[in-house]
Amino acid sequence: MSTIKVENLCCTYGEKTPFEQHAVKNVSFEINRGDFVGLIGHTGSGKSTLVQMLNGLIKPTSGKVYVDDVDLWAKPKEIRKFRFKVGLVFQYPEYQLFEETVYKDIAFGPSNMGLSESEIKERVIKAAKFVGLKPELLNKSPFDLSGGEKRRAAIAGVIAMEPEVLILDEPTAGLDPVGRNVLLSQISQYQKAKNNTVILVSHSMEDVARVTNKVMVMNKGELAMYGNTQDVFAKSTELSKMGLRVPQITKVIDALRAKGIALPEGILTVDRAVCEITELLKKEGKM
Amino acid sequence: MREIAFGQFYPGSSLLHKLDPRAKIIMLIAFIVLVFCTANYVSLAVVAASVLGIVLLSEVPLRMYFKSLKMIIVIVLITSALNLFYGTGEPIWQWGVLKITLSGINNAVFVSARIICLILISSVLTFTTSPNDLTDAIERLLKPLTVFHVKVHEIAMMMTIALRFVPLLLEETDKIMAAQKARGADMESGSLVQRIKALIPVLIPLFVSAFRRAYELAVAMECRCYQGGQGRTRMKILKLRKRDYLSCAVVIILIVGVVLCNVFLPQTVR
Repeated sequence: MSTIKVENLCCTYGEKTPFEQHAVKNVSFEINRGDFVGLIGHTGSGKSTLVQMLNGLIKPTSGKVYVDDVDLWAKPKEIRKFRFKVGLVFQYPEYQLFEETVYKDIAFGPSNMGLSESEIKERVIKAAKFVGLKPELLNKSPFDLSGGEKRRAAIAGVIAMEPEVLILDEPTAGLDPVGRNVLLSQISQYQKAKNNTVILVSHSMEDVARVTNKVMVMNKGELAMYGNTQDVFAKSTELSKMGLRVPQITKVIDALRAKGIALPEGILTVDRAVCEITELLKKEGKM
Repeated sequence: MREIAFGQFYPGSSLLHKLDPRAKIIMLIAFIVLVFCTANYVSLAVVAASVLGIVLLSEVPLRMYFKSLKMIIVIVLITSALNLFYGTGEPIWQWGVLKITLSGINNAVFVSARIICLILISSVLTFTTSPNDLTDAIERLLKPLTVFHVKVHEIAMMMTIALRFVPLLLEETDKIMAAQKARGADMESGSLVQRIKALIPVLIPLFVSAFRRAYELAVAMECRCYQGGQGRTRMKILKLRKRDYLSCAVVIILIVGVVLCNVFLPQTVR
């Protein structure tokens, strides 16, 4: 069963003005439950518009979005229901924090759902734990946190709604390398623990290669590719035509293969590359 | 949020877009005075016709002008209704204390025509002049005031920055609203109190980010050793051309025409 199905989705900004722009053109796809999908594309390729249509923040100009086989816009008045089902974490989400304490801020989503006080508390603590936010921070003002902590608090604010689909728009942008890695593995753990659907919008091919099992490529508002991560990153020439690239390590391995070194195709992470190379060296008796 | 038409620049290449912004500001002031100088139907018709001509000359779609008129239509209706019932002289129609006189009708027509002309002509300026050109021109026009130690450059700089920040803040508002809606914030329904309360999650982050942006901009300007207007050269130097002088001449002819109308024809309002 697919959690999200999209049919011939189009979105045009500023219709009938000189600023008219087709942000998303005729996009169709299905995402199954438990998939971890990476969404990549050049700046302005329509990624952000696409994800905002998935939870009903932007109404498509034409086309349909189905969540659990229910049409999102069948009853426009009940659109809020889908915002809890499809949780969206925006780019730089730390700028949306507003409450007096981190606890209250994370509780904003769940309390909008109309949950009971005890359930809200349970969810807030669970969400904070998921993103690795220390419990003593919960009573601080969100404006006193460090940049990385703010980011975690904001992501926890969406996770606390326990959405079936979690969409993250560039969650690691502007974080230091350690913060990036930790946050990514936490998201990955969250996905595995709940077997939820997660969509990760990112400019970092390394991040996408590390955690996702499927990749969607947007180019000029159209869905250019959609498939298993390995298959998509095997098409490096097509990707570079769209101003994208494959992970650095894949490039290195491809160069080695071109020199006649017998390494397998489709190595996407450094860890995997280390394994394969040591194995090869052992086989050749050099180690 | 993006529906605000009044005060929006509409890029184009009409004659009005090409005119020197200083000339445009002065002509606008002349027109505003002119609109209030109309004392009879002939001069009103002359002014209204020339305003319409200028609107057409701007090559901005009429839709944009209707949008900016839509915002003040209530004011027009209220003021003309008040004028309609507060006229003096013989009543033409009476119902209780409400009476309509000929002078009342005249006043109502003049007031509404004047307001509409005013909005249209000032819309022409903002539609055809980019905000940067506008502040640049204001700075030039206010320059004589430096004699009285008025910090003209600083005022113009503040105006430029304020104008630059308007679209940024609108964009920011949209973003924050979307983010809070994604967390289930309900901004479209509920009572007035509930709706105002629903704005808090938008306003607080907005204020925080406005201050952050202002601070960042101040630091960035200081890093580039920015300091006031003294000895500062300009990238774009405004120069009056033939078309500027010609259009000013046309406006002067118009002023003379209206004054002659007022002098030689009977006055309908004051």
